[in-house]
Amino acid sequence: MSTTAPAALAPEQSPFRRFASRFAEDRIAMIGLALLAIIIALAALAPFIAPQNPYDLARVDIMDSRQPPGAVAGEGFKMWLGSDGVGRDLVSGILYGLRISLIVGVLSGVIAATIGLVMGLTAAYAGGRIENFIMRIVDLQLSLPSVLVALILVALMGKGVDKIILALVVVQWAYYARTVRGSALVERRKEYVEAARSLGLSHARTMFRHILPNCLAPVIVIATVQTAHAISLEATLSFLGVGLPQTEPSLGVLIANGFQYMLSGKYWISFFPGLALLVTIVAINLVGDRLRDVLNPRLEK
Amino acid sequence: MLAFIIRRLAQALVVIVAMVVLVFFGTHVIGDPVWMMVPGDATQEQIEQVRREFGFDQPAYIQFFRFLGDVMQGEFGRSYVHGESAITLILERMPATMELAFAALVLAVVIGIPLGLFAGLKPDHPLSRGIMAASILGFSLPTFWVGLMLIMLFSVMLGWLPATGQGTTVEIFGIRTSLFTLDGWKHLFLPAVNLALLKVSLVIRLTRSGAREASLQDYVKFARAKGLSPARIVGVHILKNILIPIVTVLGLEFGSLVAFSVVTETIFAWPGMGKLLLEAIQRLDRPLIVAYVMVVVLLFVTINLIVDILYSALDPRVRLTGSQA
Repeated sequence: MSTTAPAALAPEQSPFRRFASRFAEDRIAMIGLALLAIIIALAALAPFIAPQNPYDLARVDIMDSRQPPGAVAGEGFKMWLGSDGVGRDLVSGILYGLRISLIVGVLSGVIAATIGLVMGLTAAYAGGRIENFIMRIVDLQLSLPSVLVALILVALMGKGVDKIILALVVVQWAYYARTVRGSALVERRKEYVEAARSLGLSHARTMFRHILPNCLAPVIVIATVQTAHAISLEATLSFLGVGLPQTEPSLGVLIANGFQYMLSGKYWISFFPGLALLVTIVAINLVGDRLRDVLNPRLEK
Repeated sequence: MLAFIIRRLAQALVVIVAMVVLVFFGTHVIGDPVWMMVPGDATQEQIEQVRREFGFDQPAYIQFFRFLGDVMQGEFGRSYVHGESAITLILERMPATMELAFAALVLAVVIGIPLGLFAGLKPDHPLSRGIMAASILGFSLPTFWVGLMLIMLFSVMLGWLPATGQGTTVEIFGIRTSLFTLDGWKHLFLPAVNLALLKVSLVIRLTRSGAREASLQDYVKFARAKGLSPARIVGVHILKNILIPIVTVLGLEFGSLVAFSVVTETIFAWPGMGKLLLEAIQRLDRPLIVAYVMVVVLLFVTINLIVDILYSALDPRVRLTGSQA
């Protein structure tokens, strides 16, 4: 598994290329990966490709509000997916919304993974009381449904990007901690750890430089699933009106804005942002499913 | 067995106490409990008076024991939107939520088990692949958006089913329920489908993997050799053996159905305690939020406890490995 094998002994394929070619064997996963790449590119390039800046109040015209898909805006461009209740072009709204949804999902995932990694590794490495204490908190956390915990946290803390990220971190870190502890417990008993210790390396170095790299495979799998979950959860909270504020319209906020117009048959305001959300989550889950198969050591060979 | 039950009871108690401490920190240390008592436009003097009256100027540990005492008596103060006891409000709305969660659970089982059995027994059939692909989709679908689309399709476009409310209810043993009127069933159907959706995927996957494993077992081969009809083999021999894990997981999932009903109830204006919670959050009605959290935690701990005890009664291995740890 080591990536630092001497060049002379290296097989013709590097581990990464072997991994990449195994991943590519599954066509559906490749479609998922392609979709995900397109979505990320669209979100990143939103300011350049969106026909309108939905934050720029000067360019949003109330006369354009609630137009059906295909209508022409006052400024002359065609609104392919229609417009929302205040006259924002939905294509532009979705592109900018994707940006916020992805940033919140990925950022909370990265922070949660970092905390979870440190906690899980410490639990497995230290053992005894520290392990018991950390794992009890993890169990408690995992026994409560994430939507409820996040809802209560945001209720107590208030709205805002930072608060929603904090709430998402709180509901996610325990999954990482449990996963890392599981694989670190196995790694800890291996000989290379003993070797590292007898060479006089510090505990911290043994933990993070030697044990950690060997525990990363399951973490990557969990990370995909959790990111999809975080994006969905953020959208849910924003839809319920306790997530992101109107000034930072994520996909969930857009869907919530369309809810009030739905009973009068104006389906597109909620439908298209939801579709964008769905495609994003499905794409991430497809990639995650394949990663699980490829990275699972039991299925190798 | 008795030792196991006592140990699990002790663990459950620890969880409840931990939650009480957390809620206390959230409302008394991070937030100021005076805001639970006074209206938003109170003057500084009024605030100080309330602070003294309720003992919020006392040290934290004294306040904690008072809070603990209140919680034990089920006293969470009055909701300041409704002006009634918070716990009474929650308990009044509870039956509607239970009704919805229970209907969703039944739907998940009725839809999920046949599909899962089919996919598990005929893994190479194209329909099985379709079922499994659909179950990935089921995991990915954002519940709230599906709810909106259900309203869009069945209420607005087709006009088949009502979009909001509980419909005509009948009072039975002092509990309002929509299970006994046709109108009530019509109102219940869409929210129940919406809530069931996540769990259908779970049931399909559990049943499929269980059926795949069981169909290779010797007792199934033997039953086949005896000449039993396939329907009997599947219905009696396989199903019986895969039901234990499914029932266990579903028991645990019931709690998450109650939690997720916050979303579904809000979309379909279903008058349960989840909708009450969301209204309380939007109006910062803290006594109501605290009461909801404690009721749901109690519910969760109770469900987990019952499932654990049932499971250990059904499968002694759980009990034995538990005592070694």
